[in-house]
Amino acid sequence: MSNTRPLSPHLGIYRWRINMLQSTLHRLTGLFLCVGTLLLAWGLIAAASGGTPWNAFTAFCGSWIGLVLLFLWSWSLLFHLCNGIQHLLRDMGRNFGPPTRDRAHNPGYWSTGWLVIGASVVLALLVWVILFMHVAGGAA
Amino acid sequence: MSAYPGHEDLRTPLKVARGNGAAGTGVHHWWLQRVTAVALIPLSIWCLFFLGGLVHADYPVVLAAIAQPVHAVLLIVLSACLFWHGALGLQVIIEDYVHTRWLEVTLQMALRFGAVLGALACFMAVLSVWLTGAGAY
Repeated sequence: MSNTRPLSPHLGIYRWRINMLQSTLHRLTGLFLCVGTLLLAWGLIAAASGGTPWNAFTAFCGSWIGLVLLFLWSWSLLFHLCNGIQHLLRDMGRNFGPPTRDRAHNPGYWSTGWLVIGASVVLALLVWVILFMHVAGGAA
Repeated sequence: MSAYPGHEDLRTPLKVARGNGAAGTGVHHWWLQRVTAVALIPLSIWCLFFLGGLVHADYPVVLAAIAQPVHAVLLIVLSACLFWHGALGLQVIIEDYVHTRWLEVTLQMALRFGAVLGALACFMAVLSVWLTGAGAY
């Protein structure tokens, strides 16, 4: 039973706004974080299973693909966190509604959007800088 | 929203209340998503510090860290909220993009099974490390 009705209006008819990027990133990072949750589950189960499974888990985390994924997961978590907090504030009615999305009416709407994205990137880099310093300090 | 729901938008209050909207469950999904989101704000920040502190740690150290009662409880609550919040989000993604009915229903059911299975596996893993005495390794 295929549905041949057209879907929602075509993306091209909408004027570009920052919340489109935030919304898209929120969903993509959420999807990606679901996979990250499976990594956490793997880690906990490996820790409970014994030294050999644990070593396999840490070997994956320490590999290049593992480190790249961990970095992406940390940024995804921090973006989802920052954007989620903004989302909760808007759920309470703050900075929410059609007039607030109008650039002429409320230019701050765009800057707070970029602020959320920028803060998540800065925080992710900060986490990894602290992590590297922590590891280097521990090894010395 | 009017003080008298239904009077401004031509729908009677009964029409608004009956069936609780298109989903049939009112704001249930929306509210649970917010509750788990609020819980995950402190939990995920704690998780970053907890995991960051365990980088390059030896296996017995990791076990001892998980077995600390406060950590064990927080890890269980974190797992519950992560799988719950994740399942609520994936449910919407499936609703939005999967338009073949049998596939949608199958995925929605598999999602629930997977989320419960994953959360329970995390609970059992933390509990077994906690209760079997990590110091004994």
